[in-house]
Amino acid sequence: MSAVQAKRMKADPSLIVVPYRRVSVAALATNIVLVLLGCFFVLPMLWMIFASLDANPDWAIKLPSLTLTNFADVIGTAGALSSFRSSLILAGATTVVTTVLAVLAAYPLSRMHIPFKRGFMLAILFASGLPVSMLVVPVYQLYVYLGWLDSLYTTALFLAASSLPFAIWLMKNFIDAVPAELEHAAAIDGAGTVRILRQVVLPLTVPGIAVTAIYTFINAWGAFIIPFVLNSNPDDQPGPVEIYNFMGSHGLFKFGDLAVFSLLFSLPVIVLYLFMSRYFSGAFSFSGAVRG
Amino acid sequence: MLTPALALLGLLFVFPVLYAGYLGFTNLALVGARSRDYSFTGLDNVVRMLGDYVFVKSSWLTLIFVVGSAIVGQSVLGMALALLLRNAVVPIRLIVGSIVIVAWVLPEITVALVWYAFSQAGGTLSILLRHSDTNFLVVVPMLIVSLANLWRNVAFSMLVFSAGLRNLPTEVLEAAEVEGASVWRRYRQVILPLLKPTILTNLLLVTILNLSEFTLIYAMTQGGPGIETMTLPLYVYQEAFVFHQLGYGTAISLVLVLIGAVFSLLFVRAARSQA
Repeated sequence: MSAVQAKRMKADPSLIVVPYRRVSVAALATNIVLVLLGCFFVLPMLWMIFASLDANPDWAIKLPSLTLTNFADVIGTAGALSSFRSSLILAGATTVVTTVLAVLAAYPLSRMHIPFKRGFMLAILFASGLPVSMLVVPVYQLYVYLGWLDSLYTTALFLAASSLPFAIWLMKNFIDAVPAELEHAAAIDGAGTVRILRQVVLPLTVPGIAVTAIYTFINAWGAFIIPFVLNSNPDDQPGPVEIYNFMGSHGLFKFGDLAVFSLLFSLPVIVLYLFMSRYFSGAFSFSGAVRG
Repeated sequence: MLTPALALLGLLFVFPVLYAGYLGFTNLALVGARSRDYSFTGLDNVVRMLGDYVFVKSSWLTLIFVVGSAIVGQSVLGMALALLLRNAVVPIRLIVGSIVIVAWVLPEITVALVWYAFSQAGGTLSILLRHSDTNFLVVVPMLIVSLANLWRNVAFSMLVFSAGLRNLPTEVLEAAEVEGASVWRRYRQVILPLLKPTILTNLLLVTILNLSEFTLIYAMTQGGPGIETMTLPLYVYQEAFVFHQLGYGTAISLVLVLIGAVFSLLFVRAARSQA
């Protein structure tokens, strides 16, 4: 039932007694089920928060005997800092390359008459669905051949290539939503393509660019298999690989450090998501997307 | 302006895809003589797959994972959450909605870690179920990784369905309500048919995304115990980079693409048939 009707019923229950009672039982059940589901989602996360503050953590959730030594331990180690640096370089470089190329590619795809445009967009959509595990072997071979292994920047280049199709698709939808009349007006006033792009289109698509960039960054920040395979230099492993190695080697003794590290590593993307979600509502209504 | 994007995609996307199409039919190895001196071996890899019980089991596990965790689990729970949240009181809607989304935004490796902790002997799950010496990741590994995956990804379907529900014409819903249709009947006969395009899109995206899931499972189990959670993406990795069989590994990844293509065609056809 709609919110308006709910209000109406609450306002005057004497009017329709029976439906009101039936509805309220359903409403109560709805809320209880949601709280239970909420517990299912919050419990695993809670462990990470409690264990990070606990002097003697184990695998179970328990109220911590409060301490900050875990935080001090992690922040004090060179390994943790360097893996944050590596993640920043990797995700940063990926985001810059992907976003710039996506904006440049999306504009003509949105505005100009390009032969086979529809086929190209379908290919882009199809490409964003291809599993990375299919690309990782040939790319590894290619990187051996080019001598590109073990560098964060070349690894970022492949991350950029693999996130580019979806970024172009996303960016084109944002540019499509900007009315073209403004550009026609600017063109009549004698502005060139570059100038139109810089002074008319870019300012209007800032939210779209922000969403594309943040989305790319969040994915690159969490990327595991690509740096895991392409970059084996122990000095610049990004966060996910570091956490994985930590789980495998001494994670079983240092629950607290592991929890702190993953918590700190998760915070940037949560903050970025909160920032992005303001612009993001509506991005999920693609009911007709299958039909292209 | 398209050129830079096309150049990057050409070098690091189109070329690898085509190259994979070739490597899948070779005996290329990561080290040793076959790493330089490899050759086209026709359908040898395909024949090898058919006789490879790990491959057969791995395909089966992938099917369980995608159908159980993604198609059924994620879609049903996502729909349930979207419907429930619509009718919940505001504080519960905000809090539960946010928690579900945070689970989705967390890096995969973090999800792997918290679910690893959750399912260990002495972990929260074992205490809740009063079997504190049971390591559920060993006893029911496939169930645990599927649950962890469901936990992480359900927000996506929830958001898709919430957007779909928001866009439904309110007149139709109110008409059904005024005519006194029960909640279940309204859902079955009014909401569900109207949402069909959204549901199909969701199924397509969720299937494709989950078919190539690697990090979560690998970080939690490395495919183990034994090969109990060795889905196809993990088997590709193991064959290629642990057993050094790059050619055979690539061949398996082509099967993965093929499965994805078949699912996509089914969903697109279903979407067309009702359009």
